[in-house]
Amino acid sequence: MPKTLLELKNIVKTFPGVKALDGVQFNLHQGEIHGLMGENGAGKSTFIKIITGVYQPDGGEILLNGQPLRFSTPMDAQRHGVAAIYQHVTCYPDLSVTENIFMGHEKLRKVTRRIDWTRMHSEAQKLLNQLNAGFRSQIRMGDLSVARQQIVEIAKALSTEAKIVIMDEPTAALTQHESQELYRITESLRDHGVSIIFISHRLEDIERLADRITVFRDSRYIGTWQAGQINQNQLIVAMVGREITQMYPKHSKNPGDEVLRVENLTRTGYFRGVNFQVRRGEILALTGLVGAGRTEVCEAIFGIAPFDDGSIFLEGKQIQWSSPVDAQADGLAFLPEDRQKQGLILEWEIGKNITLPALKYFSNLFWMDPNREAKEAGRLASKLAVKAPSIFAKAATLSGGNQQKVVFAKLLIRNLKVIILDEPTKGVDIGAKAAIYEIIENLAAEGYAVILISSEMPEVLGMSDRIVVMKQGHVTAELITDQTSQEEILNAAMVAEVHHA
Amino acid sequence: MSDVRKISIEKEWSWKGFFLQWEWLLVLVLIVVFLVNSLISPYFLTLSSLIQTPSTFLDKAFIVFPMTMVIILGRIDISVGSTVALSAVVMAVSYNAGVPMPVAMIICLLVGTIGGGLNGLLLTQFKELSHVIVTLASMIIYRGIAYIILGDQASGGFPDWYSFLGWGSIAGIPFILIVFAVAAVIFGLVLHKTRFGRSVYGMGFNSTTCEYSGLRTDRVTLIVFTLAGLMSAVTALFLTSRMGSTRPNVATGYELEVITMVALGGVSTSGGIGKIGGPILAVFIIGYLSYGMGLANIQAPVVLVVIGLLLIVSVLAMKFRVSPKKRKLAM
Repeated sequence: MPKTLLELKNIVKTFPGVKALDGVQFNLHQGEIHGLMGENGAGKSTFIKIITGVYQPDGGEILLNGQPLRFSTPMDAQRHGVAAIYQHVTCYPDLSVTENIFMGHEKLRKVTRRIDWTRMHSEAQKLLNQLNAGFRSQIRMGDLSVARQQIVEIAKALSTEAKIVIMDEPTAALTQHESQELYRITESLRDHGVSIIFISHRLEDIERLADRITVFRDSRYIGTWQAGQINQNQLIVAMVGREITQMYPKHSKNPGDEVLRVENLTRTGYFRGVNFQVRRGEILALTGLVGAGRTEVCEAIFGIAPFDDGSIFLEGKQIQWSSPVDAQADGLAFLPEDRQKQGLILEWEIGKNITLPALKYFSNLFWMDPNREAKEAGRLASKLAVKAPSIFAKAATLSGGNQQKVVFAKLLIRNLKVIILDEPTKGVDIGAKAAIYEIIENLAAEGYAVILISSEMPEVLGMSDRIVVMKQGHVTAELITDQTSQEEILNAAMVAEVHHA
Repeated sequence: MSDVRKISIEKEWSWKGFFLQWEWLLVLVLIVVFLVNSLISPYFLTLSSLIQTPSTFLDKAFIVFPMTMVIILGRIDISVGSTVALSAVVMAVSYNAGVPMPVAMIICLLVGTIGGGLNGLLLTQFKELSHVIVTLASMIIYRGIAYIILGDQASGGFPDWYSFLGWGSIAGIPFILIVFAVAAVIFGLVLHKTRFGRSVYGMGFNSTTCEYSGLRTDRVTLIVFTLAGLMSAVTALFLTSRMGSTRPNVATGYELEVITMVALGGVSTSGGIGKIGGPILAVFIIGYLSYGMGLANIQAPVVLVVIGLLLIVSVLAMKFRVSPKKRKLAM
């Protein structure tokens, strides 16, 4: 019988008007990876904040090693060996890795009480080596990739000699390859006796890593299973409360004429000699590792970033868009990767967000027409099934999936030919994901040409007609989705020789 | 999916929301200022006094309109005081060099427009430049050029009709007040009813999103800073008319007074928040307050301290007013 390290019983937490946790239970064994799953708003974050001492529960019991206690502050939780690694890395980009690791618990010289740099650097390096990090601790934090910053966060947790490490969606910003690296590190932590609570939306994370899985839904505890006892479908039912019969909608494959073609597109230092075309009603997936140049190519097409050489053809006519204004006028739309920073004005209501790209359509000679705006925004929000009381609700109050639907509505407000989607399901829960896939499929069915940038293999294989794979700024493969496999794509993305022309 | 219902497009009217607006608090403050002033001087609270007084403080108020836009954009323009001086000096010198007065006035407006436009051009062409540094530099440069042109002396001798701008009245209402009211209506409509105004608000919250949404963000920035220059020149016209002459050191510190009025008007320096009505009320609050304290023979430095305190207290009040909403949002 494995030893129970942390146990929470019947936890209740209420905020004015909302019951965030309603009698939730959880127990964590010594040296296990415990997957915690649930849709956005299921109560996972609140739960984590209770374990880390940010919130105090209104009811229930917390037992650490069988002893009842309360973590009154995050410091207090840290002293008891609890460390958390959050979804968005919270680091000091201008400080060194060492400083980031020891922030708040710096090593001091005994007598002078001055910072002992030599010892801090060597201990930081030791932690990094232990994690097989492959970079030095003197490096500036901001110069590291997100994946490496996460390794630093883990090193930080280890430096506090944490017994319980909570990882909140650590793979959300990582590529497949980087995720593999994180899995390896997580497992080695477990093998050293650390207990890990691993939160993720990605079923493959949980399937690969978790020893046990607990699911929350609507602020309630649904159940805990051994990894082998539950399959993906049952897990989805547990999280969503209903069965999602089809994650990827049936795609009718009858693409029409070519709409957009790029030839030999080159931007020195970013991508070189990129060729592809996309047809009416077709979904073209653009995949590869993060940093392979996919986003950069599309930003160059859209006129946000420049390119040095090559040409772009829209319906056979060569064009050059020097700014997004021109590209949009010709019927191109771009759904940016970061919906909060690039896609939405969070402080604004849904309606104003939706009409932002098309203010001209709602403007007479001088004035905006708010009634016409509200009608059109309402029509699109309803069409895309945005869940909100009214179009006057602030975008910031919506869940991730609903925010993404609003960004989709922004695209649809104009007359379009080509839609570029940059990681459209990043960080949205599984129910919203299915809804977004349905939207994308409908777009293709309505005759739009869709370019889908994605790092998620199931999404690429499930949604696209054709797949263009990029590696280090070059196209390494163009594949027909029905005639290829995950292995072939990964091979092109990670192994294939890049021919420097 | 059966649980999808039509999203409402009806805006809910709430009296609470209406009266929670910042402008009502400013109206209250203005009434308090009126009451205190009428205690100091029994002549203050007469209609003619109320109408005549604004001509003593309205000159700089023209810059409040574009400055409101600049600050809603999340930026700041500290060069406006120097732009006033430069356009006034160029006008006076050209007039004294034989240019007819109407032409000199047009030159004045041109100088202001170009001065503001240069700020805008620098900011849109070199995005890595900070708006504080750019306008700090032009603040120094424009003032410097004014001194180079005129030296440390006054220039005036304008035709008699020119004094009408600052001193004249139409049907008992000061001309400057009429022009101010017209400008207020125009700027208010532009900011709140047009797509240009919508873009300004959007860029104040999130310029990147606006760019991805296909807004001409550079053009908006350029226009707003150019307007700041143009309205500085308008201020120069009225200021010179009231004083009858100009010096290179006129309008020193105007930028701070104007920014104070905009901030007191409830426009957030982090961008995106604020309405035109607030700064307009703030113009009259600060104007009548200074006037009243002048009536009571209170020294100018004390007036400054009072205005500073008023600013801090009101910004704090604004924070407390906003916070319950934010608390709701945080969940």
